[in-house]
Amino acid sequence: MKSTLLKAEYYPLAASALLFVLFFVLGAIQFPGFASLRVVLNLFTDNAFLLICALGMTFVILAGKIDLSVGSMIALTGVVSATLIEKLQWSPLLVFPVILLGALCFGAVMGALVHYYRIQAFIVTLAGMFFARGLATVISEESLAINHEFYSWVNNLGVSLPGRAWLGIVPVLTVVVIIAAVVLAQRSRFGRYVYALGGNEQSADLMGVPVARTTIAIFALSSGMAALAGIVFSFYTSSGYALAAMGAELDAIAAVVIGGTLLTGGRGYVLGTVIGVLLMGLIQTYISFHGGLNSWWTKIVIGVLVLTFIAIQQLVSRQQRGTQ
Amino acid sequence: MTTQALLDIQNLRKEFPGVVALDDVSLQILPGEVHALMGENGAGKSTLIKTLTGVYARDGGAVHLDGTLIHPHSSRDAQDLGISTVYQEVNLLPNLSVAQNIFLGREPRRFGLIDWGAVNRDAEKLLERFDLKLDVTAALETYSVAQQQLVAIARAQAFDAKLLILDEPTASLDSHEVDVLFDVMRELKAQGMGIIFVSHFLDQIYAISDRISVLRNGRYVLSAAVAELPKPALIEAMLGKSMDDSVLTSRHEPQTSQPEPLLQAVDIQVDKKLQRASLAVGKGEVLGLAGLLGSGRSEVCRALFGIDPLAGGSITMAGETLQAKRPADCIEREIALCPEDRKKEGIVGELSLRENIILALQVRRGWWKKLSREEQCRIAEAAVSDLNIVTTGIEKPIGELSGGNQQKAILARWIAVAPRLLILDEPTRGVDVGAHSEILKLIRRLCDEGLALLVTSSELDEIVAFSHRVAIMRDRQLVAELDGEAISSESIMKAIAGAA
Repeated sequence: MKSTLLKAEYYPLAASALLFVLFFVLGAIQFPGFASLRVVLNLFTDNAFLLICALGMTFVILAGKIDLSVGSMIALTGVVSATLIEKLQWSPLLVFPVILLGALCFGAVMGALVHYYRIQAFIVTLAGMFFARGLATVISEESLAINHEFYSWVNNLGVSLPGRAWLGIVPVLTVVVIIAAVVLAQRSRFGRYVYALGGNEQSADLMGVPVARTTIAIFALSSGMAALAGIVFSFYTSSGYALAAMGAELDAIAAVVIGGTLLTGGRGYVLGTVIGVLLMGLIQTYISFHGGLNSWWTKIVIGVLVLTFIAIQQLVSRQQRGTQ
Repeated sequence: MTTQALLDIQNLRKEFPGVVALDDVSLQILPGEVHALMGENGAGKSTLIKTLTGVYARDGGAVHLDGTLIHPHSSRDAQDLGISTVYQEVNLLPNLSVAQNIFLGREPRRFGLIDWGAVNRDAEKLLERFDLKLDVTAALETYSVAQQQLVAIARAQAFDAKLLILDEPTASLDSHEVDVLFDVMRELKAQGMGIIFVSHFLDQIYAISDRISVLRNGRYVLSAAVAELPKPALIEAMLGKSMDDSVLTSRHEPQTSQPEPLLQAVDIQVDKKLQRASLAVGKGEVLGLAGLLGSGRSEVCRALFGIDPLAGGSITMAGETLQAKRPADCIEREIALCPEDRKKEGIVGELSLRENIILALQVRRGWWKKLSREEQCRIAEAAVSDLNIVTTGIEKPIGELSGGNQQKAILARWIAVAPRLLILDEPTRGVDVGAHSEILKLIRRLCDEGLALLVTSSELDEIVAFSHRVAIMRDRQLVAELDGEAISSESIMKAIAGAA
């Protein structure tokens, strides 16, 4: 079957994948135990929350917008979960749908503000970021531990694999979310509308794309994914903390860019984001295996990568324009 | 009437705060006809189209499509009713593939998921009917404007449009592309589709239309079969006065037979865009630059103004070598350019008319020597009255003016800096008849005042009317030059066609 996507647009994606393989091989040669199932599975487990919220962010950026509120949303989700479960004795199975629904509404309101009041997404979600972080801190300044038996049950759910690897529920959930996101982006009309908005909002409107509905849905989706990421993060840390996931929105944006999605919207792939997050995780793993390097080197490498990728994108799009 | 009208507009009225944009407009479009909608800028054509396509809600009157009263609330609504529109600036999505553009919002689905195989197959089938062989999976932006326009029409077909509105589709097409478009229009007509065709090119209107309706100042003037409405009558109906034919029929006599040379370009080349061109312009002289779209006309203008770097050749300005790395270098040497794409490269839509006019002058002075407000107003007011810019005031955002008035404002911007060489790239594109003749007159006047002008145009009559010499571009090369009496539409056409 013919590809519906452009070849030149695959360059950044291919570059990310290549870099991933390169780091992996480098790690495998340098450190024993690097090239193992355990490292790969941990990559998914440790970065699950970032991956999930970066997937939501991909839709936002594809539509030419931005969402700065996702890091705060992760923290707020954790704090609200911990409060409801530990202090108010709610069942987690009731807490999660309530939180997801609340997050969807939160995102929908942001989307409505962006669309109807013509306020830049940057400003609206910046306000959302402060609001969510503030609310989380008002609820509790302290880190709240979650000791509910459901949490320990879920965390112990899984199978042991050879090589001291453990396949828990989180990597499985993450893969399911990835598949759902890919299908949504590539095989649904909503996905086309997202790309259409990123291409040219005015043209999209004239072509009959429901711009209002789509914009609202995109921000609702992003907040919803952030809340899901927050729930996953609360399992990961067994707690809720108002100052958790500081700057996660920027990590998510970096992952999307490294994954080859254009910040101006309209071009990019959900799978690219997956590679972006995994590459960032792998660099972190490499640095922790190395032992001699400060973990903040991860940030420096990511900074260099983001810059490099934006430069590559510029070159590719300039080339496309040139050959027209 | 024997056939029932496809679209029946009765007493349509649309008001904006302070203005009646459409007043008591009634007209009928029949199935299987190409109906030209004519009028000057501001006559109400755009408003009429926008009320039909659901962008505006009408304030009065009735619109029936196929006998049913319709109230489109959005573009989508109008599309679903069977009214599709193709705009001058193609309103499709450059980042999506051809097939995705054609079917956006109507993709065939299987099990709730888009069936890309079917999308691409159906798109290919549709385009085949237009004799258009494109890779439907390639991004739309990889194709020319003409091809994109045909894709937009294919999209209308995919949406089972009964009424197709073509809003200035030919503005950026060359004559071959126009022929292809007309073939497609005839094909659609034969299928019973009604087509509303808006264009500024009278020849094209007469070549393809069955009937013509004219609007003036938001009012309906007349509808007539093409055969019953000769050009002068049409122009009179549009302008409400007979057109000053003298501009187009009289030749522009040079001031001196030996103009003092000003700019000389020898063998200039631009990578991939311009193979070779040598030309010279003297003071008080208009050099016309003719050629088909894509022949390298705009590229010459861009190269002379320092936008694209030269790959070879040299330019001298008033005897000194010009080594422009960027437009600012050329502005300093008193060269000015009015670009072809007014919206993107000319106006700053959000700024007022005044701010747009003084822009270049302020840049020339440097930002630390700000023009006083009084000075700015004086310059802008003078330009408005001098060039007949129609506006409610100099503080009006320029984006809200009509195309012709925007163009005049851009001209005023450059006249304000008093350049020695003025390059005009398609100054009359998308401009109504009245502004058109005013711009032509202005070109002549500036030239008589001693300015050197280099002017490109796709309209041969126009080139003949203002040029002292004409340079002809073909396939990215300057291939011929005509002088004095040798200049005529026929001779230019021959030179473009390469009949040697």
